[in-house]
Amino acid sequence: MQSVVFPNKVLPYLLLAPQIVLTVVFFFWPASQALYQSVLREDPFGLKSGFVGLANFRAILANPDYLHSLQVTVVFSLATALLSMALALLLATSADRVVRGRNVYRTLLIWPYAVAPAVAGMLWLFMFNPAMGTFAYILRRNGFVWDPLLNGNQAMWLVIVAAAWKQISYNFLFFVAGLQAIPKSLIEAASIDGARGTKRFWTIVFPLLAPTTFFLLVVNTVYAFFDTFGIIHAVTGGGPAKATETLVYKVYNDGFVNLDLGSSAAQSVILMIIVVALTAFQFRFVEKRVHYS
Amino acid sequence: MRALKWTLAAASALSIFATSSAFAATELAWWHAMTGANNETVERLAKEFNESQSEYKVVPVFKGTYAETLNAGIAAFRSRQAPAILQVFDAGSGVMLGAEGAVVPVADVLKKGGYEFDKDQYLPGIVAYYSKPDGTMLSFPFNSSSPVLYYNKDAFAKAGIDTAKPPATWPEVFEAAKKIKASGAANCGFTSTWLTWIQTENFSAWNNVPYGTNENGLAGLEVELKIDAPLFVEHFQSIADLAKDGTFRYGGRTSEAKQLFMSGECAILTESSGGLGDIVKSGVNYGVGQLPYYEGHGPQNTIPGGASLWVFAGKSDAEYKGVAEFFHFLSKTETQAQLHQVSGYLPVTLAAYEETKKSGFYEKNPGRETPIKQMMGKAPTENSKGVRLVNLPQVRDILNEEFEAMLAGQKDAKTALSEGVAKANAAITAAIGN
Repeated sequence: MQSVVFPNKVLPYLLLAPQIVLTVVFFFWPASQALYQSVLREDPFGLKSGFVGLANFRAILANPDYLHSLQVTVVFSLATALLSMALALLLATSADRVVRGRNVYRTLLIWPYAVAPAVAGMLWLFMFNPAMGTFAYILRRNGFVWDPLLNGNQAMWLVIVAAAWKQISYNFLFFVAGLQAIPKSLIEAASIDGARGTKRFWTIVFPLLAPTTFFLLVVNTVYAFFDTFGIIHAVTGGGPAKATETLVYKVYNDGFVNLDLGSSAAQSVILMIIVVALTAFQFRFVEKRVHYS
Repeated sequence: MRALKWTLAAASALSIFATSSAFAATELAWWHAMTGANNETVERLAKEFNESQSEYKVVPVFKGTYAETLNAGIAAFRSRQAPAILQVFDAGSGVMLGAEGAVVPVADVLKKGGYEFDKDQYLPGIVAYYSKPDGTMLSFPFNSSSPVLYYNKDAFAKAGIDTAKPPATWPEVFEAAKKIKASGAANCGFTSTWLTWIQTENFSAWNNVPYGTNENGLAGLEVELKIDAPLFVEHFQSIADLAKDGTFRYGGRTSEAKQLFMSGECAILTESSGGLGDIVKSGVNYGVGQLPYYEGHGPQNTIPGGASLWVFAGKSDAEYKGVAEFFHFLSKTETQAQLHQVSGYLPVTLAAYEETKKSGFYEKNPGRETPIKQMMGKAPTENSKGVRLVNLPQVRDILNEEFEAMLAGQKDAKTALSEGVAKANAAITAAIGN
């Protein structure tokens, strides 16, 4: 790679400055505060505090609730990622085959991405709230006992579906791009050899989409880990009986509801380590394998 | 991390808000958690106060649920952007009480405005609830409520139950609920909002059994919960049994179950007297009865719920003066009497109570005096003065989780209560150590 030399010594820094300021103010400063808080015990009002070393971390890792929450997060993230990717792939392959109105379909399918997580949550809550939801009513009338307020599995499904729905658009875009990158000649050759639609998909299209799929898996997992707070907060509030309390939700709940800031900060430090690990993983393995064409 | 980012964003948004205050009148931000009909009351009170004088302007800001409002207030205090007035719900009182130096007692605030705060003018139960052990009253009781029983008269008539006589004891409630469900008069017989506040905290006061040691926390910080006693187990097991076939329906941890009553889905509801405004609006043909009790235990007296207004330390003299004016306005007999009659919250002053009585309001609206009588009926015992824990919101969450597991059929009442008590006790010990 050729190294680039800028003639002006100041301008590059000036151009970078806004981004650096934002990163420092909204990432480094809060992150450093979280690190600092995580070794303290403090009353809710910040009137008195004391250094406790790693006691907060020890308490968290020995807490069965935390391990339960970790388990919930893994189940939730994988289910959300797989569901939204599967649906997005289905829609992308279908949209690829559509001849007329292709752009209309694509545009419409991208819309849900613009919906804020909390709004997406409210939307699904309105449909499936046992007290007033239309679909909840239909489900009950057909003899299905629908009560996500008490049934943890149903609550889990509700947040998974809401979270997956919101992410379909993003995955759809990438799959559509991935499909367009597959040379038509390969598919035509397969057709001449007598491979039918399904066979062509699994033997040619899907393997060629693998880099995209792998990339999306990481992105979706990160999304499910960190960006679904709004949905969970709006739909279940982590309940019933902690059934949908993910790690991120627990950080909020312990810090801002239970007012245990030390524990909350320590949990966010652990989450920070997880993000760093996921990002490193993505850069090391995924970036290398994506074939840009 | 995200949460921290939000705090930052919220703090910066706040500073913009705070610096843009009008030049003429001193603005007093009033953070509250009132929704529906009660939100309209808050807006109206602020408007009336603002129109009554020109020096101060009270600006009500809705901050979400009770718990969210408390947390927003605490976060704002930490970043030195606290509102002038913060509405804190009953369960948050212990949290605020622990914040020595962060709040100004209500009597001191009134003094700064040139008013004398006379405790004797207020309902004694309420004064006791919002005072320190040494008798200093810390916050201004704004909306005080007491849980009552609402019932759907149409459903009662359909099920062949006397509509003039609401069930008085819990076994009677359960019987009525079964009858309603069996006769098809409603899909669900009975539901309750705030299981923790109504079915544990008030349940123990009303039946004169201890909620916890140390006078439920009023005599000292260290408290061990006692709600795994046989009476609680019996009560919750009955509810869990009714939940199996939908005779009891769970609505949620706070006041969500009110919806189930207003939509006609459930025929009996135990809810705060403050829920009345919305129930009236919904058009349900409702009646109000006393909170049910168990024969041989109650009725003793209920403990105040609702919320009070707290004033933070570190404000300017002009702001304190304005807050004093506003509190003075709120405690006026006509304001209180009107607040009580419109919203179903209790009148916090004795004068407002007498005024309402004299006006013949209770004869025209039977049942509306019930919450006051419940609270004032008997001199409180050590079980019924109140419940105060440094982390009551957290303890409520712990218990709610157990109740949810119990109602979902994952455990019986005895297990749920004893596990809840063990977890809550551990959380209290940890919170005191903070």
